[in-house]
Amino acid sequence: MSALLRTSGLTAFYGDAQALFGIDFALEAGETIAVIGANGAGKSTFLKSLTGLVRSLGGQIELRGKTIVGLPPGEIVRRGIALVPEGRRLFPSLSVEENLRMGAFARRPGPWTLERVYSMFPALRARRQAPATALSGGQQQMAAIGRALMSNPDVLLCDELSLGLAPIVVREIYAALPQICAEGMTVVIVEQDVATAQQMSRHLYCFQEGRVALQGESAALSREQISQAYFGI
Amino acid sequence: MIETLLQGVLLGGLYCLFALGQSLMFGVMRLTNTAQGDFIVLGAYAAIAASSVLAVSPWLLAVALLPLAFGFGYLLQRLVLNGTLGRDPLPSLVVTFGLSMVIQNGLLEAFSADPRSIETAGLNTQSLALPGGVAVGVLPLLIFAIAAAATAGLQWFFGHTNMGLAFRAVSDDREIAEAMGLDAHRVYARATGMAFGLIALAGVLQAMRTTVAPSDGPLLLLFAFESVIIGGMGSFWGTFVGALLLGTTQQIGFRLDPGWGIWLGHIVFLGVLVVRPQGLFPRTRG
Amino acid sequence: MTPAASLPGDRAAPPPGPLRVRRSGRGSRSAAVAALLLVAAAATMPWWAPEDSASSWMRSLVEFSCYLMFAVMWNLLAGYGGMVSIGQQAWFGLGGYTMLMLANFGGINPFVAVPLGAVLAGAVAVPVSFVAFRLQGGYFAIGSWVIAEVFRLGFANLSAVGGGSGTSLTALRGISKATRELATYGIALASAVAMVALVYLFLRSRRGLALLAIRDNEVAAESQGIDVRGMKLAVYVAAALGTGLAGALYFVGNLRISPDAAFQVNWSAFAIFMVVIGGIGRIEGPLVGAAVFFALNRFLGDYGTWYLLGLGLLAIVVTIRFKQGLWGWVQQRTALNLFPIQRILDPGVDDARH
Repeated sequence: MSALLRTSGLTAFYGDAQALFGIDFALEAGETIAVIGANGAGKSTFLKSLTGLVRSLGGQIELRGKTIVGLPPGEIVRRGIALVPEGRRLFPSLSVEENLRMGAFARRPGPWTLERVYSMFPALRARRQAPATALSGGQQQMAAIGRALMSNPDVLLCDELSLGLAPIVVREIYAALPQICAEGMTVVIVEQDVATAQQMSRHLYCFQEGRVALQGESAALSREQISQAYFGI
Repeated sequence: MIETLLQGVLLGGLYCLFALGQSLMFGVMRLTNTAQGDFIVLGAYAAIAASSVLAVSPWLLAVALLPLAFGFGYLLQRLVLNGTLGRDPLPSLVVTFGLSMVIQNGLLEAFSADPRSIETAGLNTQSLALPGGVAVGVLPLLIFAIAAAATAGLQWFFGHTNMGLAFRAVSDDREIAEAMGLDAHRVYARATGMAFGLIALAGVLQAMRTTVAPSDGPLLLLFAFESVIIGGMGSFWGTFVGALLLGTTQQIGFRLDPGWGIWLGHIVFLGVLVVRPQGLFPRTRG
Repeated sequence: MTPAASLPGDRAAPPPGPLRVRRSGRGSRSAAVAALLLVAAAATMPWWAPEDSASSWMRSLVEFSCYLMFAVMWNLLAGYGGMVSIGQQAWFGLGGYTMLMLANFGGINPFVAVPLGAVLAGAVAVPVSFVAFRLQGGYFAIGSWVIAEVFRLGFANLSAVGGGSGTSLTALRGISKATRELATYGIALASAVAMVALVYLFLRSRRGLALLAIRDNEVAAESQGIDVRGMKLAVYVAAALGTGLAGALYFVGNLRISPDAAFQVNWSAFAIFMVVIGGIGRIEGPLVGAAVFFALNRFLGDYGTWYLLGLGLLAIVVTIRFKQGLWGWVQQRTALNLFPIQRILDPGVDDARH
């Protein structure tokens, strides 16, 4: 079975400090995988390495069998990997609609358009001309997801969607996930909320201090197994 | 008194053209171009040299100079300035300072220190009579109109074009803009190209309005800088108003005593810094 | 450290034994000796120099000292304080003019007026900082230039000191040339040596470490309890004082002052080039840079515009290619550190062996 996205022995550095110590990871087309772990475990670094925002890398990353290590982020977006960044990171001086349009900068053919994003997130349509900073946390998260979808990626990387949001808002956001996956989108969600991660994914990886401490079918992993891997005990 | 104010406002128009390029470059890439004034003088001399060889109207020269200036700015950013960007303001400061020295001394060698200007067939002395017995120079009025048009054009460009959107995005968050597929270095180069078009325009108009000398650069830089700060960073109309205020202040100063004109402008600038450091019309950033 | 289950790839544990913090290495000790010899040679120069060159050598060294002091203070402000300024000539000129006015109009001995000029420059820097600190980064730099221009235009309109054409230091008329030159030389040399020594000692101290922390990350430094505002103000005022001293000394040596000479931006330009070529944020930076600059000045200064043009190109190239300055590049190649202010952790060094 050839994976859509695969890493072997992936290492990543911030200057001299090593953050990832050899990650082996495989993603099949159409599936949803969760990556969990404590703060500083390397989850965000992993996603940033996949999108080319961290450039100091070792090991291998392959998309559809072709290596993408060392490519600039713009090129990786063009090949079909989009990132919903940690903390949303919308462009503050742009409006909601302008943020979405920026996502379409590296446009690929596909079903996602401005209209489609607005129908999935009606709250955004109502505030399309508002400056991005005027939105609530939950709405900003929706806008960030919409922005990533605008490039019609094959792989959507979501970094801590629940960060700083109330549980009810988190549920609302994750309710949109099945819609996104309905047409075969491959998704990686990075989460600190273990319950949500287990629920929304088929496979699960647990990172600990830059290494994969545990992986397996989300439904099959027990709480004790996960706690042990999460905390390194 | 009315005439002084009017002259000040029209002078401000020219200062606005000095300042727009700087506002643009700082806004998009946080780069402080200390050679701004010297590049304006360079543009002026380019036009002067061209007009002494080709017998064409200076307006045609200005238009012809624009694409050349764009290309020059583009290459300068790509080859030299892109390497100086980053959190530390020192490299860009030193490099542009070095450029300032190269330009000033290069011009001194090529043209000598004598002030020069462009032949305008008398346009720079024509005046227009306004109701109320006040007269204004035709050329200053034209310059003012060009400055207003340039400001409006830039504002429109930033708000309504894809390239303008890219400028604003990369200015907000370069990393995420690159994650969207933007090539920041190319975007910066385009911004600088545009800035240099404005610089060339300002240079030609300055040479038409008055004389230029190789060492004029630093003073023009200060006027540009003061206009941007008084008006508030992040807003082109703010720069326009800031320039008008500066020009008016200077004219009032000149009226009181010829030695204190520029000094009064500096004092007002420092005053604005103390009282309202974000300028009069700042654009808040998230 | 609790012995946790060791994960694959664990690096070897650090060696047992005491850890010592080392300050200097071999290179710095030999450099200290060399420096002392140089200073001794310079101090006694008026007596061993050939008769007809002593005077011009002394004048050159006074000028060199002033350039050096300007650069050392600029380096302190920018490289360590994190404030890049192209307006330090404001203090240079203010120190010079204050010295002259105190001497000419106040009847004070010019050599006594020199430190007074410095003190005034430092004092004026306090209220000025309220304006200057409103700006950051590149705009702080240009803003500082505007302030210098305000000073320049102010003095250019002051007829008591000759307005735009300047005036002469008449208070020294009664003193013989030999005495004057020797006194100026002595004070300049002593000031330069003292300044370099003081800066070095300060940066080795805990306060100096705090300054470096502020330079690297203001917010983090503040969260560690460092008074960022206070330190920046102190550095700004100290730099103004030191620069004012350089200015006052320069014009005692020059005997004539004018607004253009006192407040020209070229002073800052030369300081920047000296420090950039020598390496910013390193104490030896201004020293190496000033030496290189002065050598260039001596041999190429006659070429006027071409020399300045070349200097500009040099600064551009060095900034882009050698980001740490030429001296920094040498340091990387040879690990030579003449003015050590780092604290080097020596693992497992036996306490008995010093």
